[in-house]
Amino acid sequence: MSFIKKPAVRHPKLPLNELGLTVRDYEGGMSTLCAGCGHDAITGAIVEAAWGLSIPTHRFAKLSGIGCSSKTPAYFLRDSHGLNSCHGRMPSIATGANSANRDLYYIGVSGDGDSLSIGMGQFAHAIRRNLNMTYIIENNGVYGLTKGQFSAAADRGSKAKKGEVNLQPAIDPCSTAITLGATFVARSFSGDKAQLVPILKAAFNHRGFAMVDVISPCVTFNDHEGSTRSYKYSRDHFAPAIMADFVPPAEDIKARYEEGEAMPVELHDGSRIVLRKIDKDYDPTDRVNAVSNLMRNNDAGEITTGILYLDESQPEMHEVNNTTATPLIDIPYSKLNPGNDMLRKIQSRYR
Amino acid sequence: MRPTDTANPEYFHKVVDCQYACPAHTDVPGYIRHIAQGEFTEAYMLNRKSNVFPGILGRVCDRPCEPACRRVRVEEKPVAICRLKRVAADNRGDISALLPKAPASNGKKVALVGAGCASLAVANDLLPLGYECTIFEKLDVSGGLMRSNIPSFRLPHDVLNEEIDNIINMGNCEVKLGNGISSMRNLLEQNFDAVFVGTGAPRGKELDLPGRQEADANIHIGIDWLESVAFDHIESIGKNVLIIGVGNTAMDCCRTSLRLGAKDVKVMARKPREFFKASAWELEDAEEENVEIVINHSPKAFVLESGKLVGMQFELMEYDVDEKGRIVDTRVTGEKFLPADDVILAIGQENAFPWIERDLGIEFDKWEVPVVNEKTHESTLEGVFFGGDAAFGPKNIIWAVEHGHQAAISIHKYCQGEDVSDRLPDGQTLASTKMGIHEWSYSNDFDGSTRTIMPHVSLKERFQKLNIEVELGFSPELAAEEVERCLNCDIQTVFTDKLCIECDACVDVCPVDCLTITANGDEADLRTRLTAPAENTEQDLFVSGALPQTGRVMVKDEDVCVHCGLCAERCPTAAWDMQKFTLHHPHAIDEAAPPPEQKEVA
Repeated sequence: MSFIKKPAVRHPKLPLNELGLTVRDYEGGMSTLCAGCGHDAITGAIVEAAWGLSIPTHRFAKLSGIGCSSKTPAYFLRDSHGLNSCHGRMPSIATGANSANRDLYYIGVSGDGDSLSIGMGQFAHAIRRNLNMTYIIENNGVYGLTKGQFSAAADRGSKAKKGEVNLQPAIDPCSTAITLGATFVARSFSGDKAQLVPILKAAFNHRGFAMVDVISPCVTFNDHEGSTRSYKYSRDHFAPAIMADFVPPAEDIKARYEEGEAMPVELHDGSRIVLRKIDKDYDPTDRVNAVSNLMRNNDAGEITTGILYLDESQPEMHEVNNTTATPLIDIPYSKLNPGNDMLRKIQSRYR
Repeated sequence: MRPTDTANPEYFHKVVDCQYACPAHTDVPGYIRHIAQGEFTEAYMLNRKSNVFPGILGRVCDRPCEPACRRVRVEEKPVAICRLKRVAADNRGDISALLPKAPASNGKKVALVGAGCASLAVANDLLPLGYECTIFEKLDVSGGLMRSNIPSFRLPHDVLNEEIDNIINMGNCEVKLGNGISSMRNLLEQNFDAVFVGTGAPRGKELDLPGRQEADANIHIGIDWLESVAFDHIESIGKNVLIIGVGNTAMDCCRTSLRLGAKDVKVMARKPREFFKASAWELEDAEEENVEIVINHSPKAFVLESGKLVGMQFELMEYDVDEKGRIVDTRVTGEKFLPADDVILAIGQENAFPWIERDLGIEFDKWEVPVVNEKTHESTLEGVFFGGDAAFGPKNIIWAVEHGHQAAISIHKYCQGEDVSDRLPDGQTLASTKMGIHEWSYSNDFDGSTRTIMPHVSLKERFQKLNIEVELGFSPELAAEEVERCLNCDIQTVFTDKLCIECDACVDVCPVDCLTITANGDEADLRTRLTAPAENTEQDLFVSGALPQTGRVMVKDEDVCVHCGLCAERCPTAAWDMQKFTLHHPHAIDEAAPPPEQKEVA
């Protein structure tokens, strides 16, 4: 952390988005994480993506659990909604919040411990429900807040800071999420905003559960030789399979791409995500192909990145449950609470 | 781009724009930091090292530093640098023990012609080295234009006297007042080892219009008139006064007129305001005193009635200005008469050397200006040096001081039989300001305060006497607020590429988006790929060597950096450090005893 706050002074020529705001208007408080934490770079990417989409900050809800990662919602989108829950319980409060107001953009921030250990069940079921949210796992392979024990995402054979070797296999959130039925699965790296920002833009606009696993090196406990989540290792083994470009609704795709190079996928708001294959064997629209490729690359020690799987056709939670299209806040109280007589009528059905 | 060579002092020096713009390269942020800590004496002495006359310049400097101040890149107004200098002078303690003393004579004698700022600066540098200096002055007082042309309501005489005395009292210095040099040949025949000419630009320009000769009694040359006022030869002026010209001398003339009984003073300008030569603050001060500045009036004739001046006839001008602000067409749209009892001409001044014989080997160009080497200040006659306005035409005090420093180096080298053009280069020292995990030895937080306003004596009081100083100066309390506005541009962001792990922490935290990690390219290309627009091509980009993990480069656009140090605070590997840059701009004393080789402190 730093003793001074980030000064309000800004570059006089910062570009403005469609709302006339600068990227500085999308920031939050000063980070209290360790200097150099990958999470801060992800925070920066979220700020840039939200600014780039020209979404007003009050249209976002930020949700998190416990851990270094879960502190970060305080550092972005100053004027948005938010709730910080118990360890591993972010998917539940996200489900509750989304049930009540389906019109907001939901950003859940979790870590590999929060999601893959204590919150594994919650994580799995939020995917199963296809909850309409962006679920970011800031994945550093260690429990940073408790001084660097291996997490469930640590690779077998990787070394802790003091030399101890991890003997248990890692849970890979991406292949796990695809097998659980996730409709948007991506992986990126905190050190590569050029890749991460368009992925986040697409994730915010995806209808359903968008899981973004971001390798985010722990600069204090997991950035040494022998670690498989260090800046150096991640860069050396970084393998983009699919590059994704986010294209706003108004823009013409044809002008930007050669025929055959790009696979445009339309998102529900009319914007498009254009996938460009780097690995020609990889098909991000074929679940079986995606999982088998991922497993093969994992075994080869490669960190496959990009939008790894995408399916815009699946219904999200509200559609499955046939809930009202109106956020509860916009429904008159008399309708929302039809009174004692109606309650008795309903109860009588179960007698 | 190739990696920036930060070992060359020029790079970091250009980041300290105030210091870079100052002809004498005064360490502005350094002395402001002393003032912030209440170290007024240290602030004064740091100033004195570069500019010799902090008390004088703290009041009347032309302030090239302030338009250069980087504060204006993120806010409207610059730091009140000049007035902070005065705070140091006003509040300092006894400095007598800190001033250099002349040692025993080294046997070399130097003649200095004119007792103005240029000659005094030369004496200031040569006396501590053992030179015997003789200053020849035609007036009965020293100080040159600082005394005769700057009114005492701007520069009190006691301030002037003290700073002049600090030089001539060092020892081995003789000031021959009332002793103008009428023949250079004569002077050269005397037993001097070197001669320095610092006689200024003493001739005010004429305005030859109909009626000029006939109305001579009421038409005055600005600088001569100011001199007469300064020496009490003139004590009054008519009710209606017109000042022709709109430079800083015009401002002094109009304000002096008000103090001598004028009721209606107009400053007449031929062109619109954006073409004025006067400094913005001098215009403001004059207008505060209800001087009217009239634009687009070109003088046509002096008008007389019964042999006495009654006013002036002007042509009304209209100009077409192109998008670059240049005048492309001029028209006369009419004429106008303005009444006047007296007219003061303040349309410029020029050099005059009637006392230098043209057959001595001192060459003059076609404008009768001596041919002087810009670096060494030597004329075409070995051993004769020029400085101040006498060398390259009218500039200002701070330029004259720097000329004095440079001429002193040359005179020293000449007298020691060394090559005058073989001079020490500028050097630099960089020293980390890190005091703890997030502590720096400077006030790094950005302070959003606006410029402190200088308190003035009331309009009612100030005209009662000629020598009531109008500006009251900042109190230490006001100064304490103003110093926090300084952006500490001398605390440099120093980058070590091999330590960088490219975590982006500095890029994300920078409040003014100066930093970018990107693939290298040529400068024009790089400027288009930075986090924020980098449109000020005057300010160099910093480009690192290839970063270890990806081979990309760290690029910093120095343009709007506020030196908050957050990049260094958020850097996990200390690849960024905040280091105090000290420029070593050599003076004669350094040439006499070169310091040990400057080493960069990592």
